[in-house]
Amino acid sequence: MTLIQAVFILFSILTLGAGLLTVLSRHLFHAVLYLIVSLVGVAGLFILLEAEFLAGVQVLIYIGAISILIIFAVMLTRGMARNPGPPLNNQSLAAAVIAGLFFVLLAPVVTGFPWPQAAPGVPADAIEALGRSLVDPNQFALPFELASVMILVALIGAIFIAREKR
Amino acid sequence: MVPLTWYLLVATALFCIGVYGVLARRNAIAILMAIELMLNAVNLSLVAFWRYLHPTATTGQAFALFVLVVAASEAAAGLSLIISIYRNRETVDVENIDLLKG
Repeated sequence: MTLIQAVFILFSILTLGAGLLTVLSRHLFHAVLYLIVSLVGVAGLFILLEAEFLAGVQVLIYIGAISILIIFAVMLTRGMARNPGPPLNNQSLAAAVIAGLFFVLLAPVVTGFPWPQAAPGVPADAIEALGRSLVDPNQFALPFELASVMILVALIGAIFIAREKR
Repeated sequence: MVPLTWYLLVATALFCIGVYGVLARRNAIAILMAIELMLNAVNLSLVAFWRYLHPTATTGQAFALFVLVVAASEAAAGLSLIISIYRNRETVDVENIDLLKG
């Protein structure tokens, strides 16, 4: 086993273990903290995949923004956090069976397909090409602008919905 | 070199954990967190496919970025809805939010 593989297994265990604790932990605040650990694991996997820009964006947006948003929501609805009832509903066994079955069905598809063994090298200017493609009218300029408008609408709508009504 | 299959298996397992969380949790915020886990799993598989099948194209990373934007707006809109529901009904337990139930 090479060093890269060992690092991969470390980050995978971090991601999956923290993800499992996220959906199982009794206290909602602990669940958010485990979610952050899981997101850090995914950022590490991005670095292993040589997508450094996405790893940075993952840390900035997911860990820096979305997790803080979720922590704020947990704080604002603290009646639940102070007195946690059972975290799972009465269909949790059926849910576990469905999720397990989903994995059992998907795993042979993933492992059975003849993927190429060796990955081609990443060009040195991959991040620059990504940035250019996002503003290139022939590539992603329109989706980029649409995504900007969508997040603006979502944020204005979020402020409007969560605002205190007088 | 790590085989592509390993990344895809980790992404599949993370997605299934998210499916379980969405189906089994009672708290609406916990369900949103499980959805974030599922979106992360999809992003991981997108980036893995980009790295192993088409590293010269920018499509894979651009797609992952758009998924990230959608995740951010979904979190903002969903959490504001949850806060609004909590203000009106004093609960975020999805089993008690049954206004539309006939």
